[in-house]
Amino acid sequence: MEKVHVEVNRCKGCGLCVEFCPRHCLELAAELNAIGYHPARNHDAEKCTSCALCADMCPEGAITIHRKKRSKSA
Amino acid sequence: MPETMTPTKTKASTVKSDAPPTGRKRLVKGNEALALGALAGGCECFFGYPITPQNEIPELLSGWMPKLGRVFLQAESEVASINMLYGASACGHRAMTSSSSPGISLMMEGLSYIAGAQLPCVLINVMRGGPGLGNIAPSQSDYFQACKGGGHGDYRCIVLAPWNAQEMFEFPGSAFELADRYRMPVFVLTDAVLGSMLEPATVPDLEQLPPPPKMDKPWATTGRGNRSHKNVANSLYLVPEDLTEHNERLQAGYREALREVRYDTRYLEDAEYVVAAFGISARVGYSAVNMLRKQGLKVGLFRPITLWPFPEKALAELARKVKGILTFELNCGQMVEDVRLAVNGVCPVEFYGVAGGVLPAPEDVANVVRKMMK
Amino acid sequence: MRDEDIAVVEEMECVFSRPEALTDKAFHYCPGCTHGIVHRLVAEMIDEFKLMDRTVGVCPVGCSVLMYDYFECDMIEASHGRAPAVATAVKRTDPNRFVFTYQGDGDLASIGMAETVHAAARGDRITIFFINNGIYGMTGGQMAPTTLIGQRATTSPSGRDERLTGAPIGICELLSSLKGVAYLARVPLTSPKNLKDARKHMRKAIRAQLEDKGLGLVEFLSTCPVQWKMEPIAAMKHIDENVVKVFPPGVFVDCVGDLQK
Ligand SMILES: Cc1ncc(C[n+]2csc(CCOP(=O)(O)OP(=O)(O)O)c2C)c(N)n1
Ligand code: SF4
Ligand code: SF4
Ligand code: SF4
Repeated sequence: MEKVHVEVNRCKGCGLCVEFCPRHCLELAAELNAIGYHPARNHDAEKCTSCALCADMCPEGAITIHRKKRSKSA
Repeated sequence: MPETMTPTKTKASTVKSDAPPTGRKRLVKGNEALALGALAGGCECFFGYPITPQNEIPELLSGWMPKLGRVFLQAESEVASINMLYGASACGHRAMTSSSSPGISLMMEGLSYIAGAQLPCVLINVMRGGPGLGNIAPSQSDYFQACKGGGHGDYRCIVLAPWNAQEMFEFPGSAFELADRYRMPVFVLTDAVLGSMLEPATVPDLEQLPPPPKMDKPWATTGRGNRSHKNVANSLYLVPEDLTEHNERLQAGYREALREVRYDTRYLEDAEYVVAAFGISARVGYSAVNMLRKQGLKVGLFRPITLWPFPEKALAELARKVKGILTFELNCGQMVEDVRLAVNGVCPVEFYGVAGGVLPAPEDVANVVRKMMK
Repeated sequence: MRDEDIAVVEEMECVFSRPEALTDKAFHYCPGCTHGIVHRLVAEMIDEFKLMDRTVGVCPVGCSVLMYDYFECDMIEASHGRAPAVATAVKRTDPNRFVFTYQGDGDLASIGMAETVHAAARGDRITIFFINNGIYGMTGGQMAPTTLIGQRATTSPSGRDERLTGAPIGICELLSSLKGVAYLARVPLTSPKNLKDARKHMRKAIRAQLEDKGLGLVEFLSTCPVQWKMEPIAAMKHIDENVVKVFPPGVFVDCVGDLQK
């Protein structure tokens, strides 16, 4: 499962998630989604910390964040 | 239409009863009767703004309603009042406001929203002279506003016009029943004379009033509770086809409400001339009719009780039997347009009226009838 | 569900998703418009306080006129500016309800100023979420009472002139003198940190109602990228650099207090 899941056809390509990601691991895709925007995507899942700042700034509620369960990783 | 042509017979609407039977006969002022009638009719909340000549209504209710555990609030304006009505009625409560002409004008946008969202509520208009600030004297100049829209869009309000203190007591309750049945706003349209006149009427004491009825309004925005779906109170339909459909739904409801037509007739079996009048002018007109009857003249009275729906069929039938109809109103000629439409040229229709607060005497009306008869 | 899926789900936990109080419907707002952020925050609050079954929301006329489509709770669509009057009646007829209004600056600070001020003065137990984007979004970018001096709008084409149209109205400053107000705060929606503050303010504005203290209002300094003719990110920078100078963020009234830990 991806840490950052962008619901592609909800995204309006506003770029706010890209701007506010502290790890610079989001970008806008070159292709268009079904509603005519360049959707955001996570291009570097390794760097992503699942901090959810991108999801917080998303005006469309298009981003869902998962992270590894802490108990397991400990 | 046989039974309606008999003297002193009032055509009954499908409303079960106008008032609870309890009460005692006593002298009561018109505005007090309206306030009591609202409470007897299950009014759960009142929102209003002071304006003469209806101030007794909010004044009395401000004392009574909190005692009965009901909501009274003096709003900051009539604009706020009508929008409070909108909120309360959206939540399923029996809500009422009262005002007088300029205040009712301010409510028109909100009323249109209420009608558009198919919400029931009751408005009392104790009419005063206009246009503009006019004066605080009796008038019937808001007939058009109440019956023909007033606000924007194709909507209707049921309009009840009482003519004595007893009806002033009974009609707010009827208004609530009609409003709930058809999910539309209902006016009680009256005037400064009836509002301030002391008359005997059978009314209950405050302690005898029944609690507001518990009603199932599955559409109400009460908060979801354990309902499986949300409710929305709304009049916005952005897609033209949807708004068309919504308008058709509204119109279908209005057509149903046509069955609530009510009117009162006096001496019509042999009448050759008829005075058509509502509210206070029907009182004056009835005195004129009685004067003329004493002189052996065959004159009758036709009194619409519902101004909308207007008793057009009854008038059309009447027109075939009589030689002329005099419409008498305290305005420059408003209801007369509906009378003429109903009569459709079958008999002559004349108008007598004054606007500004002058109340003609029965003799004045009788003179006009006599002139017609020549 | 297949076995492999279960294995994956067990390793990962969801830390951020759409609040339950929002419906699935996609917002109709322009890209980058902060209406969507505030919608989500309001929905989060309804979830957090478990208010869904007793919430009645009152929507405005403005860009957010369709917000009743986006929320799962009961909603009333008010006429332009009158939401506080509608909400007053909804609350007074059953004080157990949680009642909020959501209003733009044209709605709340212009046509509905009287309803706003009087609901506040009466201390009606309602919560107002006020979206100040300094412009009329829905009608095409006309000047609002909150438009900055010098800011261009379609009805102030050479920039708002104070001598002609006065200075922007600070709603928090204006309402802070009224005793009926129990919580009043302003916050820009320009960073995750600010959104954290926004949530703190919203909790208190909601508690002002739930704890029967008075009216609560949170003013959100919001963007309207389209009518401002700015990119979404530039619009947020504009708030941080210019708008906050005219509308300083902060808590103006707090009669709610902090919850004991
Ligand atoms: C009585 C009335 N007057 C004017 C309008 C037109 N109108 C619709 S929205 C709006 C202004 C909206 O601006 P704002 O409240 O700031 O909200 P925004 O669209 O910026 O979110 C106006 C003037 C209306 N619908 N009703
Ligand atoms: S969760 Fe945090 S790190 Fe990961 S993409 Fe979003 S903002 Fe960047
Ligand atoms: S913030 Fe949301 S809408 Fe904007 S680009 Fe990112 S995912 Fe898309
Ligand atoms: S016009 Fe402005 S306020 Fe309206 S949706 Fe677009 S960006 Fe948002």
